[in-house]
Amino acid sequence: MSFLTEIGLNHFLVVSALMFTLGMMIVVMRRNAVAVLMGIELLLNSAALNFVAFSRYVSHDLNGHLAAIFIIVVAAAEATIILAIILNIFSHNHSVNVDEADLLSQ
Amino acid sequence: MSFYEGLLFYLLAATAVLPGVMILFSRDIVHAAFWLLASLAGVAGLYLYLGADFLGFTQVMIYIGGIMILIIFGLMVTHKQKISLSQLAQKRLLVPAVITGGIILTALLYVINKTTWKPTASEEMEPTSADIGYLLMSDYLLPFEIASIVLLVGLVGGVYIARRKEREA
Repeated sequence: MSFLTEIGLNHFLVVSALMFTLGMMIVVMRRNAVAVLMGIELLLNSAALNFVAFSRYVSHDLNGHLAAIFIIVVAAAEATIILAIILNIFSHNHSVNVDEADLLSQ
Repeated sequence: MSFYEGLLFYLLAATAVLPGVMILFSRDIVHAAFWLLASLAGVAGLYLYLGADFLGFTQVMIYIGGIMILIIFGLMVTHKQKISLSQLAQKRLLVPAVITGGIILTALLYVINKTTWKPTASEEMEPTSADIGYLLMSDYLLPFEIASIVLLVGLVGGVYIARRKEREA
């Protein structure tokens, strides 16, 4: 039972692996472009969580925190660009289905 | 490690992971957005549990306060009253999704179990904000400046891409 009560590095790695898997399944399964973006946010979050867990349990410095901060910065920029692209696709296709968005230009 | 700390971890982990299932299967895309909000809040709680106070509050401010607003805004703009059936999670994609997820989860769990991590004795948790500030201005100065350029490019690019249609019309 010590595995259940003693929270260690492996617990966070498993949580992160579950989040990564769910994010990947969302990207594969959902057809709404905004839902796919949500899946990508889950993927980025699971990676950042891994960085912080390693920083806490293995290296005891702040490098993992800095990596997570830069992941958040990139996620913010990425969400802006993706939403702009989705708005363009919507005004062109009148739909945000990623299967129908198969043209790079009109 | 007391019993309550373990319980707290499992509560936070459930808050972070279970909304992913709800996003996967929810029929209403707006509900999915609010489930993502719960998941991000759970991750913020896990950051605080790990002693990353600055990151926890950054997560709340940037993700929940910024990116989620963007996503919900995008939903409202692209939301149509009549949602075509093709936009819902498709049953025919369930099998590929389960296969992909199964392969990824198996590989990740195999690696996590196989690798002998070397966790060292944990130290006292201290406030991290000041040290993160020093690191950003010393060791991480170049990534910091690049990050600001990335954000500027993202801002300008987002405005340009979103307005391009209107300009050509």
